[in-house]
Amino acid sequence: MLTSVASLIVTIVVLASILGCGFILWNQSRVKLPKGKVETTGHAWDGLEEYNNPLPKWWMGLFWITVIFALAYVFLYPGLGNNKGLLDWSSTGQWQKEVNKADEQYGPLFAKYAQTPVQDLAQDPQAIEVGKRLFLTYCYQCHGSDARGAKGFPNLTDGDWLYGGSPETILLTITNGRNGMMPPHAHLGEESIKDLANYVRSLSGLANDSLRAAKGKELFASSGCAGCHGPDGKGNQAIGAPNLTDNVWLYGGSEKTIVETITNGRQNMMPAFADRLNEGKLKLLSAYVYSLSLKQATK
Amino acid sequence: MKITQELVERKVGLLIVLTFLTVLTGGAIEIIPLFWQKSTTTPIEGLKPYDAVRLVGRDIYIREGCYNCHSQMIRPFRAETERYGHYSVGGESVYDHPFQWGSKRTGPDLARVGNRYSDVWHVTHLNNPRDVVPESNMPAYPHLLATKASATVGADVDAKMVALRRVGVPYTDEDIAGAKEAIGDKTEMDVLVAYLQGLGTLLPNTAAANSAPAAAQ
Repeated sequence: MLTSVASLIVTIVVLASILGCGFILWNQSRVKLPKGKVETTGHAWDGLEEYNNPLPKWWMGLFWITVIFALAYVFLYPGLGNNKGLLDWSSTGQWQKEVNKADEQYGPLFAKYAQTPVQDLAQDPQAIEVGKRLFLTYCYQCHGSDARGAKGFPNLTDGDWLYGGSPETILLTITNGRNGMMPPHAHLGEESIKDLANYVRSLSGLANDSLRAAKGKELFASSGCAGCHGPDGKGNQAIGAPNLTDNVWLYGGSEKTIVETITNGRQNMMPAFADRLNEGKLKLLSAYVYSLSLKQATK
Repeated sequence: MKITQELVERKVGLLIVLTFLTVLTGGAIEIIPLFWQKSTTTPIEGLKPYDAVRLVGRDIYIREGCYNCHSQMIRPFRAETERYGHYSVGGESVYDHPFQWGSKRTGPDLARVGNRYSDVWHVTHLNNPRDVVPESNMPAYPHLLATKASATVGADVDAKMVALRRVGVPYTDEDIAGAKEAIGDKTEMDVLVAYLQGLGTLLPNTAAANSAPAAAQ
């Protein structure tokens, strides 16, 4: 909103400009040129002279149409300062209309999806298709368009879950987000961390230094690793502690990467979508993600 | 001397002067009333000036030309609010000098990218976008990790804040005095991520939450 003085100035200037154009048109079309021989303007270029003809009628007509259009436009739409115009149009109003129309059209569809358990949606090809499109709008940035994830961002197609892969858990993860946090363990010292890394690799049956692994096994119990990852290293889905025995690696399973993980810890989060998406959409997304692991299971 | 059309056509200097006056008047009339437009001069509720770290992060954003491919302007169209969240409003940009609305989207709009992704995601993605989005054609910016912000954009952060204060950004003396300390030994990556994580978090995402994308046919 403009202040009232500014609004008044804008109104006056807009109307004065349009009416001024109209005045010039009217004034110019009053001039009657003598019939018969047409005068020249007196301009001459290399012997070419310019006739002083009036503008063609259709041309003047177009000018008049623009003047009338401009006047109609500024009265119908918000063109005169703070005046809202006779149509009461605004860009946000138009947006609201668009949104209301879409709600009316798609609302019942999403309400139906919101009522259906995720498990059933995962069997409905249409629901999966909608879920996939939602995934490609809101999720691919981290999990990839093929849902295979990236370093630090979980692969959703491998049937391996940090927090659990039941339809309810997936829905909970998407709705509220997750905060993954492994604390840094630099205080253990380089050698101990190498021992631990070798032990962790041995859990997944990867090549390791058995002497170091044996030392690492003791450290695993005594330095608190077991607190989250469990005494057998199988992890804990309640707190999102990864299973270390399945050879699935979020950040990488090389000795170097594991040492880095233990030394500096890892911190990452999945954002919550409760504020952004309605329940129907949340369920559709969950169903799509769940269906990816079903595919894996039937392979 | 009477100014006739013939005279103006014959005297080029006079034509230039009169053209200049006309454009000047038109421009002034179009621009000056906007200085009294509350919706663009009043900050929205909760809007704070960029702190020192985000301010120099913003300088990285400008230096690296992010605005060439990323807009920060969500238009009031349903398709945009579905994807990005609440449409942008003028009161969000009052402390931006100059604003980063942009006019071209090779990449997505960033007006509400704040808190959308984790810091780790931003670092990974800026270091090499292909690491998280294989299809991406965004350039990689690994040098940001290797450069301290205090050596480049942060070197004269206090002077920048003084300048911004002159054009109406309400920085306090303490803000300016503590600016260099706040930047400390943060890398250019750190400050850029801090800037991005603060973008557009004041307006809710819920405005568009209840409408749907085109359903599969």
